[in-house]
Amino acid sequence: MSEEKYPLKKVCIICAKGTIEDVYATLVMGNGAVMEGIETKIFFTFFGLDAITKKQMMKLHTGTVGNPAMRMPGGLPFPSILGMLPGVELGVSAMMKGQMEALDIPKVDEFLEMITAGGGEIYACKLAMDMFKLKKEDLWEGVLGVLTVGEFYEKCDGQQTQIIFT
Amino acid sequence: MAQKTYAGVTVDVNEEGYFTNPAQWTKEIAAEIAKEEGVVLTDKHMAMLDYLRDRVSKGEVLTIRGVGKSGIVDIKGFYEMFPGAPMKKATKIAGIPKPASCI
Repeated sequence: MSEEKYPLKKVCIICAKGTIEDVYATLVMGNGAVMEGIETKIFFTFFGLDAITKKQMMKLHTGTVGNPAMRMPGGLPFPSILGMLPGVELGVSAMMKGQMEALDIPKVDEFLEMITAGGGEIYACKLAMDMFKLKKEDLWEGVLGVLTVGEFYEKCDGQQTQIIFT
Repeated sequence: MAQKTYAGVTVDVNEEGYFTNPAQWTKEIAAEIAKEEGVVLTDKHMAMLDYLRDRVSKGEVLTIRGVGKSGIVDIKGFYEMFPGAPMKKATKIAGIPKPASCI
């Protein structure tokens, strides 16, 4: 007896954090879904809005404090107190970006363009926009709309749909 | 290993229908796989298939970003040429393995 399969038809991804790794998790998952022919909608909220805010999107950082998975090159532990020193966060972030460039991973704006070129949709959270005093014109041009939570959920309807919170 | 017959030629494929030996591929075969996938091949499609086969023969990893820089078509155009999952469709028609890339 063959088992019935129900492949994913739609994924809705929510990005609420603005570090390099959180934003890229969203972009890679989103672009991957588009590449598979899955309908893709991405909702940026709270600090995740940095990824689609013109002023901030190319300046994302990785936090160097309180991340136990962070290690020195070579694998030695990276003490949080070191991460507090001026310039360390900038250096680590530059290193992360260099590693990604070496793997041919695009920058944030190009990645968003790849997603929308394939039909993926990018949305911003209205409440977080109000909180951070952002206007639609502060956002990257490809953002399709500013939505309330309810409006986003309406877009997440249908069978074989998953909501992913990165 | 599975086999399939296209344009009167028997070729080796894996369980998902991807060629295991790209050398068995011909343009006639491509046209028949394309029909299965619901794609009508134009000159632009053929240029893209050649590009993909060339990259793979050089041992490169295929990415959507790379296709966008191929000079043949932009990313949006690539999605239009091979609707749905373009990289999977295009590599299947090009007679090369399914790309093992996340971007």
